Amino acid sequence: MRVTIERAQFLKSLNHVQSVVERRNTIPILSNVLLKAAAGEIQLTATDLDIEIVEGVPADISVEGATTIPAHLMHDIVRKLPDGSQLEIEQGPDEGRLAISAGRSRFSLQALPPDDFPNLSAGELSHKFIMSAGDLKTMIEKTRFAISTEETRYYLNGIYLHHIEIDGKPMLRAVATDGHRLAQVEVPCPDGAQGIPGIIVPRKTVLELTKLIEDQDGSIEIALSDSKIRFTFNDMVLTSKLIDGSFPDYERVIPTNNDKIMEVDRRLFAQAVDRVSTVSAEKGRAIKLNINPDKVILTVNNPDSGNAEEEVAASCDSEPLDVGFNAQYLLDIASQLDGDTAQFHMFDSGSPTIVRDPANSSVLYVLMPMRV
Amino acid sequence: MTASSTNPATGFCRDCYELISGSEARCRKCKSPRLVRHEELFDLSIAHIDCDAFYAAVEKRDNPELADKPVIIGGGKRGVVSTACYVARIYGVKSAMPMFKAKKLCPDAVVVRGDMKKYTQAGGEIRKLMRELTPLVEPLSIDEAFLDLSGTERLLKNPPALLLAKLTERIQLEVGISVSVGLSHNKFLAKIASDLDKPRGFSVIGKQETLTFLADKPVSFIWGVGKAMQKSLAAQGISTIKQLRQHEKSELMRHFGVMGARLYHLSRGKDARKVTVSSGTKSISNETTFNDDIASFETLEKTLWKLCENVSRRAKAKALAGRTVTVKLTTSRFKSRTRSTTLNDVTFLADRIFSAARPLLKKEADGTAFRLLGVGISHLENLLVGDMPQDLDQRVAQQTKAEVAMDKLRSKFGADAVSKGRGFEPPEKT
Repeated sequence: MRVTIERAQFLKSLNHVQSVVERRNTIPILSNVLLKAAAGEIQLTATDLDIEIVEGVPADISVEGATTIPAHLMHDIVRKLPDGSQLEIEQGPDEGRLAISAGRSRFSLQALPPDDFPNLSAGELSHKFIMSAGDLKTMIEKTRFAISTEETRYYLNGIYLHHIEIDGKPMLRAVATDGHRLAQVEVPCPDGAQGIPGIIVPRKTVLELTKLIEDQDGSIEIALSDSKIRFTFNDMVLTSKLIDGSFPDYERVIPTNNDKIMEVDRRLFAQAVDRVSTVSAEKGRAIKLNINPDKVILTVNNPDSGNAEEEVAASCDSEPLDVGFNAQYLLDIASQLDGDTAQFHMFDSGSPTIVRDPANSSVLYVLMPMRV
Repeated sequence: MTASSTNPATGFCRDCYELISGSEARCRKCKSPRLVRHEELFDLSIAHIDCDAFYAAVEKRDNPELADKPVIIGGGKRGVVSTACYVARIYGVKSAMPMFKAKKLCPDAVVVRGDMKKYTQAGGEIRKLMRELTPLVEPLSIDEAFLDLSGTERLLKNPPALLLAKLTERIQLEVGISVSVGLSHNKFLAKIASDLDKPRGFSVIGKQETLTFLADKPVSFIWGVGKAMQKSLAAQGISTIKQLRQHEKSELMRHFGVMGARLYHLSRGKDARKVTVSSGTKSISNETTFNDDIASFETLEKTLWKLCENVSRRAKAKALAGRTVTVKLTTSRFKSRTRSTTLNDVTFLADRIFSAARPLLKKEADGTAFRLLGVGISHLENLLVGDMPQDLDQRVAQQTKAEVAMDKLRSKFGADAVSKGRGFEPPEKT
């Protein structure tokens, strides 16, 4: 193998793929990135056995070939090379070594044979459809914050994606919950996605995907089965295993009879929540909402440090009501809303509350109250 | 009650509990000189109980030959005195003194390497007796605790002072350890009181005398005033509590921050701290050592469930719930492994503790033989069964409901009334 490649492009791709590589690995080859040089491009592959990212970079290939080298090491080397340099990557007769040179720098790295590198993308996927990058970003952005991090509830450690019909229109819905809050959003169902099974896309995949599609605005090809999903765009392919578990029957916990509605300016509300929660001892402390016809009074009471209170103008169509929430959850939701108004649909102080965005009817949040 | 109604009792005999109202030097009934007498004796309910030379007392209890000898507990790696009995103290031996110095002062002393297991056991027995009087027991360490006996008078048909005197006797009889009691109207003064008349003491500081009592005491009497604070107070000409009272609160706060406010209040004998149950507990755990080392995950898992149930039961009883679940293992070669995981919210449910602990155990059960398995919860918060957070995840919500229902059955029909399949062992046939 002999390749000449431009540093900036190589670095960008290395950056993408190396982030799935775990820092510590019991299987040595999982620390490596697979390089395949053929047909005018060098293809980089990295995996942690759950996610695989493949990306192609145009390169000048003199001799085709393949090898694997430590991903983080390679990334560090390329990162430190001067801007605008050209890399020469060469593997001689010794398959256990890879030579990299740029300007006056020379490196010789230990390589492992490419045949041992695991292949996650093998196998046919049953469903295939095209989706706009914008819709995919929306689904992730609106729900990601509610994904559970508790390993015990592995079936909540991801975004649940499934097909539903709303008023006869096929939609694709994403849901995430950690048991205390729930976020759901719908986008129009792309052609070919109607028959998909309900799947749970793992948290790490969601994070990696977010980074990769950050500056994508075209369309993305999604292929999936009930155990795997693959996203293809530009020169990148991300393949991931899905969470093997069943997502809870979330629709049953979304209340339908919450008739007390409060509307509040979401920015003023979020700022007030942020201010009064300063005195709470830890994150996750309760904040009390005293809801009146024309205002909501936020209070935090912390016996160790003091208490705080703030009034925010609001409109509510019911009797005054006291209800407590986790301050951080309120902030998380407020920052997700697109419009100026946050709409709270409540029943009483002990039942789940729904938060809606009048500017975007496709999103819905559910919050469990806390005792205050 | 034997005291006449015209002359209400202001004290009692600590040996026979006969009430006294006069100024006699000995009990009229049993002739004991151990009388306790105070105007406010039957109105006070905050107590501090401190064991007398605890470690040494346990050793003397277990080895009567040591009874009248000077005994020092300590040595080991650091070579300092951890406890000296009252005989050794006569020679000037003190806690935290280097062992060589102690031996110089008291060459006849019997030095005993401490046995923490024994002390923990005795401390636990004492605490259990305390909890029979009130659930509001706040342990400060293995051998001392605050008790709040407010409101127990009607329930236990005795004023707190009398209950405490009877408790000290029970501790002496059942555990074989003597304790000193301080009784007052707040924690600060109760702790000072328990130290006034050691050993086997019973001291009372009433509301009336609080200010005069404290006046000429050195500032080091105040909880939180150590050497450094004493020095900076001395620099301002403050060495007694009376002098401290001459300073404004704002002035003290300017110099000492939050501690300044504390100094201001404590110098006036005011202490608003409540006796709280949880402050002593950082974690709740349960572990077991196997008769034969175990490597099989299935066998370990069964034990794990029982341990989780124990932890859960104790947590529920204390109204404490934990956010972190820890599994502890010791291999047959005595290497210990601890693994922990953090939950989304606090829990005291056996099922949730188990489902968090099980994967941790599974990762470690790689064929290694283990001699010990333990599980615990930490990062505790107060939580009552009725206050459990609701969950949007129906599975967890149902588990919670089931466990609460099972606990109800157990409290009605006994611990074995109902159990989960995974922990069930059929009763042995007779």
